[in-house]
Amino acid sequence: MKTFTPSLLLRLLALLLLTLFLVGNLQAADKPSQTTADHSKFKVLQGEFKTAPEVTEACLSCHTEAASQVKKTTHWTWLYDHEETGQQLGKSKVMNSFCGMVVTNEPRCTSCHIGYGWKDMNQPPPEADSAVDCLVCHDTTGGYKKFPVLSGLPTEIPREWPKGSGKMVLPPDLTEIAQHVGASNRATCGSCHFYGGGGDGVKHGDLDSSLHNPKASLDVHMAADGLNFSCSECHSTWGHDVAGSRYQVNAKDTQGVVNPGHGKVKAASCESCHNNDPHPQAKLNQHSEKIACQSCHIPEYARGGVATKMWWDWSTAGRLTEEGKQINQKDEQGRLVYSSQKGDFGYGENVVPTYAWFNGTVEYTQIEDEFDVSKPPLGVNRIQGSAGDPDSRIWPFKVMRGKQPYDTKHNTLLATHVFGADDTSFWKNFDWHKALQEASDKTGFAFSGEYDFIETTMHWPITHMVPSADQALECAACHSADSRLAGLPGIYMPGHDSNVWLDRLGWLAVFLTLAGVVVHRVALSISKRINQA
Amino acid sequence: MNQESTSQEMIFKRFERFWHWSQALLIFTLIGTGFEIHGSYSLLSFATAVEVHTFAAWALIVLWVFAIFWHLTTGEWKHYLPTSKGLFAVAYYYAVGAFKGEDHPYKKTTNAKHNPLQRLAYLGFKLLISPVIWVSGMLYLFYSDWPAALADVLSLQSVAYVHTAAAFAMMVFIIGHVYMTTLGKTVFSHIKPMITGYEEPEKQESQAKDS
Repeated sequence: MKTFTPSLLLRLLALLLLTLFLVGNLQAADKPSQTTADHSKFKVLQGEFKTAPEVTEACLSCHTEAASQVKKTTHWTWLYDHEETGQQLGKSKVMNSFCGMVVTNEPRCTSCHIGYGWKDMNQPPPEADSAVDCLVCHDTTGGYKKFPVLSGLPTEIPREWPKGSGKMVLPPDLTEIAQHVGASNRATCGSCHFYGGGGDGVKHGDLDSSLHNPKASLDVHMAADGLNFSCSECHSTWGHDVAGSRYQVNAKDTQGVVNPGHGKVKAASCESCHNNDPHPQAKLNQHSEKIACQSCHIPEYARGGVATKMWWDWSTAGRLTEEGKQINQKDEQGRLVYSSQKGDFGYGENVVPTYAWFNGTVEYTQIEDEFDVSKPPLGVNRIQGSAGDPDSRIWPFKVMRGKQPYDTKHNTLLATHVFGADDTSFWKNFDWHKALQEASDKTGFAFSGEYDFIETTMHWPITHMVPSADQALECAACHSADSRLAGLPGIYMPGHDSNVWLDRLGWLAVFLTLAGVVVHRVALSISKRINQA
Repeated sequence: MNQESTSQEMIFKRFERFWHWSQALLIFTLIGTGFEIHGSYSLLSFATAVEVHTFAAWALIVLWVFAIFWHLTTGEWKHYLPTSKGLFAVAYYYAVGAFKGEDHPYKKTTNAKHNPLQRLAYLGFKLLISPVIWVSGMLYLFYSDWPAALADVLSLQSVAYVHTAAAFAMMVFIIGHVYMTTLGKTVFSHIKPMITGYEEPEKQESQAKDS
């Protein structure tokens, strides 16, 4: 029999501690979950699912109203009737300065529609309730993927993607996924919203895959080891309707904290949790009258190590090698800076936002709108607001720039048919005329046959990637000679603004007084000596 | 000497001296932080400068409230009544007489402790520079709380310009004021009574020179 040596005792002690630790962890894991339903126990979810719409049907057998709720939302309709401007916006209608328009490029673009099989933007989304995609928002396994070119459906067979890469995308395990559905989370929302514009972080600048598991220094609310908010914590939902809009932003929330029981809870503003006077210093609270919280509390965007696209020049697209092959040039960081399909790209990381007065209303240059070509750049979208408007505040923006095709006779933007395995799509044929003509024919938007490229801008409000408060901007970021708000109309910023003549005269007066004093003193000493002599 | 001093009447009362020196300290603080806020240089950081400036401003206002009360209740306000009598003589002394070795034409008394030129300068300080700084400063501080009627006719920019102009005027006053205090028999002979409260005895010239 072994005797208890000190080293054995030590080992026993270590074992005991380890056991205690493991038991402690198990107990933590055994904490009752918030939900009252274990979906793996539902009979209807225990069968084999061949297609994703079959899963939807199973969901709807219990959640009877879910499909009709979803179909009322912008996530489904891709339509937005703007109450302020009267414009009809939404993904199915607007042009952007990235890939242009959805129309004629459906199977690619509608891979981010919250449904299955929307193949024609001229038609409303598919009518069947089973065409609603429950899993894209409610998957908790991370295994569900809408295939990029199948109008929103996941693939049912192994497929290569990207084409020619040799990487295979396998069909998702629908049964496993269906049995583990739950509330939406950063990954589900992010599966579309982090990748807008055709890639990670391309579009927004404040939304990219770095927000899957961010540190508090990147996003204090979503910090994985902190508050760990899901998107819906702020973008609260009511019958599948999600709060928050980029077309009509709640730019100045005067309602303050929203308490449950006070009607429809619509959060999605800083004030709805933090109220209008969250600072201990009165002067800072007074700033919130004219300055959006985001302006000071998001010092830079694209801070998570994912670059965002800042420049997209379509005018250079279509250049091929002498052998007629596509060109893909990358910079030293491995980012695509030129591609024959898309033209020239510019990127930004840790970008200081552009600041502007904003009352929340965003107006679009729609495809049928004639515009003044003599004053580029053309605002594909235009933000409204001014210093004198009490509903406006100074907001941070990502300003996307680039060049896009327009009709030189009609002075309108042009829809571009870029995607498709046909003989007109730009990405296959590299012929602008064919691509523009096809888009015009399919959509009915006029094309005179003459086109050129015009420089465009787009404003994207920056509101995510709020770090912990100690990273907020110092006063001198604005109150200094090289102020971030330099040139913004309608404000007098101590430390930045002054009247140059008042300063010159003031210092001159001070200098002359000092000089007078010195002269008087010197003269006095000299005269004293003379008088004594 | 001590005995002789106590036998004299006190010219600058204890409160008056406290008021003067704490006001001086506060004004120097306000000028230092104020021009940092103005953007003339960077020393403490904008945030700290604003904090200190605001605190010092409130302290000075409280001090002024006490000082006004003191002036009114003690009748000391009379020392600032302007007079033309002897004004020219004093001005002439600083411009010409002092260079000829003439004596200062004015003799301080407890009934009239400031010469006519001083009266005028201090009255300007109290009735012009200070109120302008005070009012523009309060408007500046409470900019966010302006009633609509005020916001319609006044801009922060104009308030800031007035406040800055008054600050320059204050600096000009201080330079002149400090310099004038050094023009006594010795450099410190005018400053000493502001500290001790007592004027050097006029007749004890030999002693004054010794000290």
